[in-house]
Amino acid sequence: MAILNVNPTRMELTNLKGKLSTATRGHKLLKDKRDELMREFIDLVRENKEVRREVEAGIAKANQHMAIARSVMSDESLNVALMLPMQEMSLDISEKNVMSVNIPVFDIQYKTADENDIYSYGYAFTSSDLDDAVKALSDIMPKMMRLAEIEKSCQLMAAEIEKTRRRVNALEHVLIPNYQDTIRYIRMKLDENERANTTRLMKVKDMMLEEAHHYSEREQ
Amino acid sequence: MYKVAVIGDKDSIYGFASIGVEIHPCDDTVEAVRDIRNMADNGYGVIYITEQLASQIEAELDTFRERPQPAIIPIPGVQGNTGLGMRNVSKSVEQAVGSDILSDA
Repeated sequence: MAILNVNPTRMELTNLKGKLSTATRGHKLLKDKRDELMREFIDLVRENKEVRREVEAGIAKANQHMAIARSVMSDESLNVALMLPMQEMSLDISEKNVMSVNIPVFDIQYKTADENDIYSYGYAFTSSDLDDAVKALSDIMPKMMRLAEIEKSCQLMAAEIEKTRRRVNALEHVLIPNYQDTIRYIRMKLDENERANTTRLMKVKDMMLEEAHHYSEREQ
Repeated sequence: MYKVAVIGDKDSIYGFASIGVEIHPCDDTVEAVRDIRNMADNGYGVIYITEQLASQIEAELDTFRERPQPAIIPIPGVQGNTGLGMRNVSKSVEQAVGSDILSDA
């Protein structure tokens, strides 16, 4: 039993009772926050794993095509073909608030109007495998963006959940028991003081009556 | 407006140039760390990194976990899938729950 270092007074008792009720309310709120965050997080992680599997498969496919393209084309012609990209991608990032965690929402924007405008070379000197590779990458790109979005959200939420969990545990196992023990201690102390006071008054009354009426002499 | 980049060995990332992602060919860890720090401060929203490179600078990448930007996402390179990406997801679960309750194994 750990009690706080306070004076056992009535005022301290009132203060502590206030603190205890605040802590209890805070604990309940934080526990709800943790549970809701956890629910969202689990859903998100499931999706994260799914999307990641798809992205990894897509990239593997693109790499296969790329390997073939590299084997049939010379390094120079490959470099030349990919040297000047037609397309430029940029991102708009807005934020969404989920239980006080700001998770990012990505919005892809392309420089050219047609986002399928991906072949930065004439078809005369390149292998069709390069086209396949570029197409495969382009197909998987929206998934990759979604992956980035979800994975970042997961990381941010994981950090927040860890923090919240610690707070809940600190309140539940340290702060609230300490307050309860201290309140009990003060109450006992005050009760004990009161009993001591009553006994003392009874004794004093006896002594004063003895003084006035001399009971003990009369008995003899 | 945020930019998107991919960093890793040249063979793995070359194709991304054609679809409008900035490429940063890089084999050396020191250079990679410098590049990533540089990008993080200069308006890059998403940085894809090959798993081979990511596995060598994991400690550095962990420092970006709790920052809102950039999102650093490992992807498999030409050498194949090392499973680092999935491990990263499991790491998040472990951090949040205390143990990896969603692993397939």
